[in-house]
This record gives sequence, structure tokens and C-alpha cells, in this order.
Amino acid sequence: MARNPPLAATHEASGARVIEFGGWDMPVEFDSIKEEHAAVREEAGIFDVSHMGEIRVSGPDAAALMTRLTTNDAVEMPVGRARYAAITDDEGIMLDDTVFYRLGEEEFLFIPNAGHDEEMESRWVEHREEWGLDCDVENETEGWAMYAVQGPEAPALVDGAADEELSETSRFAFVEGTIEGADCLLARTGYTGEDGYEVLCPWDDAETVWGALECQPCGLGARDTLRMESGFLLSGQDFHPTENPRTPFQGRIGFAVDLETEFVGRDALAREREEGPAALFVGVALEERGIPRHGYPIVHDGADVGEVTSGTMSPTLGEPIGLGYVPSEVAEPGTEVAVRIRGEEKRARVESPRFVEGV
Amino acid sequence: MSFEIPDDLRVLESHEWAREDDGTVRVGITDFAQDELGDVVFVELPAEGEEVGQEEAFGVVESIKAVSDLYAPVSGTVSAVNEAVADQPELVNDDPYGEGWMIEIDVDDPDELDALLSPEAYGEQIA
Repeated sequence: MARNPPLAATHEASGARVIEFGGWDMPVEFDSIKEEHAAVREEAGIFDVSHMGEIRVSGPDAAALMTRLTTNDAVEMPVGRARYAAITDDEGIMLDDTVFYRLGEEEFLFIPNAGHDEEMESRWVEHREEWGLDCDVENETEGWAMYAVQGPEAPALVDGAADEELSETSRFAFVEGTIEGADCLLARTGYTGEDGYEVLCPWDDAETVWGALECQPCGLGARDTLRMESGFLLSGQDFHPTENPRTPFQGRIGFAVDLETEFVGRDALAREREEGPAALFVGVALEERGIPRHGYPIVHDGADVGEVTSGTMSPTLGEPIGLGYVPSEVAEPGTEVAVRIRGEEKRARVESPRFVEGV
Repeated sequence: MSFEIPDDLRVLESHEWAREDDGTVRVGITDFAQDELGDVVFVELPAEGEEVGQEEAFGVVESIKAVSDLYAPVSGTVSAVNEAVADQPELVNDDPYGEGWMIEIDVDDPDELDALLSPEAYGEQIA
């Protein structure tokens, strides 16, 4: 049985198309992916992302546990800030990626991907026991609704809906405020390459807050095309601990790795940084007709050297784009490669995974 | 939601329509199919002169989110290919029974059309 977000009935009544993703039934398309995508690039759109997990870590050792289980630093981090990080195993292989919020000196909320909340809750609890740390770990996934309001007009829209003044909130900062009286966490973060907010509110206030943030409703389809144009990794698709094991350096998120801290996987990642990653996440732009898709081989000098992990027709560029991994020596932008689509090699070139410049 | 199904055509269960005119069958996908796919962004079609078999894949249609095979409603030889949909795949969404057609087939055996669904039967299938 798939889990349902608090607004399941509202979405169904609106005529949205719903799919199962990460164990949740979520809207994938409200109007059309192209229209929703364009709204976010040009104006503003709102996504229901209540399938994302929420885990609260609180107590004297909360910062220590967060730091030791993610690649980024939580100890020196100021209250009121958000940070992106990977969650790695002993070998530095990414199990998931996350954003965490420092709510207080001794209190964090972190956001595992859809379907990873129970796994991460267990991982946090087991390591807390193993290391004898003093903090509570609470899986609050079914207590929170989460909406992403994204696009150039999104900051003003959220500012207008909130009862507090938000205009001073910088990127990767958040405030605890209210929308029509409902307590919200309003974070200047996102997954589209555009400016905007991610808004967390209690499950029971989901309807009120969704209604107050009026703009183009967008489904997971547009969320996917937007993040692909921005070269953002999708957990489980662009990396997977068994099917496609990758490190943060291979995934080009070294900015979220703080080797000065002690975390699970740190030593393996320090070695990899020293030696240089063997493969790198790149963009692949097709020069012939066709669309690169997950699992299609990337060919260089007649040999299969990698695989596409995500691909689509870019709605912004009107061109087919792909993301995937190639050996580091092939990763230079401009390198001629090919993508094999249904047995036929289509000419392509390596590009930066950031196809569309964003914030 | 209700979908348009013109009464002068026959339909394969996998949502390809066939419109017969003097031994030639024009083929496309139904209004229902284009709506299910969403924004069509790529269509791959056979070359003129290729042989196709009934219920065999003859091409591919891709929307932003999905890749789907196209199946031939009848056997025969491809006699025309709609180049316009290769350049403007959105024609499949905008006009699935008109400008968004895919190929024309010189039919081997006109009786094969009898195996296809009537517009009424197809309407029930997608209801």
C-alpha cells in the first residue's frame, strides 16, 4: 500500500495525474509538464513534496551525530541555516543525500529522500547506540507536509503569504514563521535551479498553507525536468548504493563534503580526493535526434565507457539532454561521445551537468 | 474525461488508429493515447518501403516522461511517412487524428482491419 500525502484528495479532485514514487502516491502532472516547467523558470510554481522524509534529532549530542553521519559539518553550523550533504557508507558510497536544518543549538531536522526515512531513522539510532551519544531521533515524516515554491516570483509570493518579513532570508537560510496562523519552517532552498522556498508545515495545516501559496501547481514530472537541467542528482536514479555505487566526488558534490570532520566514509573520500575520482558525473548533449534515457550506454572511441542515469527533452532548451558518469579522462566538456539508443549510436558531446544556469 | 474517437476509423488495443482509403491505411495514435503520454517530444518512424506486420512495433513515440513503442494496426508496406511530426512532435498532441498522423501502409490483406476495435468498442476499452 502506497503512502498518501495529506492533500491526496485535493490533488485527485484537481484532476492531477498521480504515480507511485518512493512508496508514495504523488501528483506527477497537473496540467502539462511543459507548462509547469515554464511557470517555474519564468514565474512561480508550487510542488507537493510531502513524500520527502523528516527526521528530528535533538539533544546534547545532536550536532555530533549529524556530523558523523553526513558528509557536511553540523557542529560549526549556525542556527537558522540549512546544509546539503551526502550520507555515505564506510567506502564513501552515497546511500542518500539530504538537506538538514539547524533549528537550535541542540536540535536538527533532516530531509531524507522519499522512501528512505525509515532506513535513515534506523541508521541514526544504531549509530547513536554504537557511539553512546545522547540525543533523540524521531521520524516525523507523517507529521509534516512539504511544499516547494520555486521560480523568480516565488520569494515575493512566499513573503506575501507569510505573517513575518522574509525578505532578509538568504539562500540556505530558514525562518520559523506562520502562514495564516499555521506554524511553518520557511527555507530558502530548492531543487529546480530557481530561487524560492521550501515550506514545511504540520500535516493538519496542509490544506491551509497550500491554499495560501497560490501559483501554478506542478507535479513530479516538472520537478524532474527542472532538476535535470540544473544537473542535480536524484537519489536512487543518479546514484544507488548497489546498482550504481557512487561517491560524492564522482557525483560532483564535493562542495558538500567537509573532510575536516570525522564522518562515516571520510577516510575513503580523503583517499579518493588525493588520487582523483576515476569517473565523473557529466552532462551529455545529443547532436542528433533522440532522447537519452536512464540505462543507455555512453560510447567513446568505439567502447562503452559509461551510462546515462537521467535524460529528457529539455523544455527550456528544446534539446535532448542527459546526465551520467564517464571516466575522468572523458569528462572534459566538448569531448565527442555517443549515446546508444535502441542499438544506434547518436553523436553527442560532454557538457557541464548544469545545462541551465540558476541561482 | 471524454476523448474524441472519429467514427471512420478502427483502433488497435494498444491505441493506434487506422483509417482505410482505397487499400491504403493511415496510422496514428488516439486522442486518449496522446493525453496519457503528455507532451510528445520525439517520434521515430520507419522509412518508406519498409515492411510492417500487424501488432508489430514500427516506431517509437516519446513524451517528456515516457518511451512507448508504436504498433502497426495492419501488415503491409510503408508507403508514406509524416515528416512533419519528426520536426514538430507536438502535432501528435494538438491534432492526433489529423496533422499528427504517423505513417501510411499499403495493406497486404484488408481483412486484417476486421480484427481491430470499432470506435464504440475502443470507447468502452478506455472508459
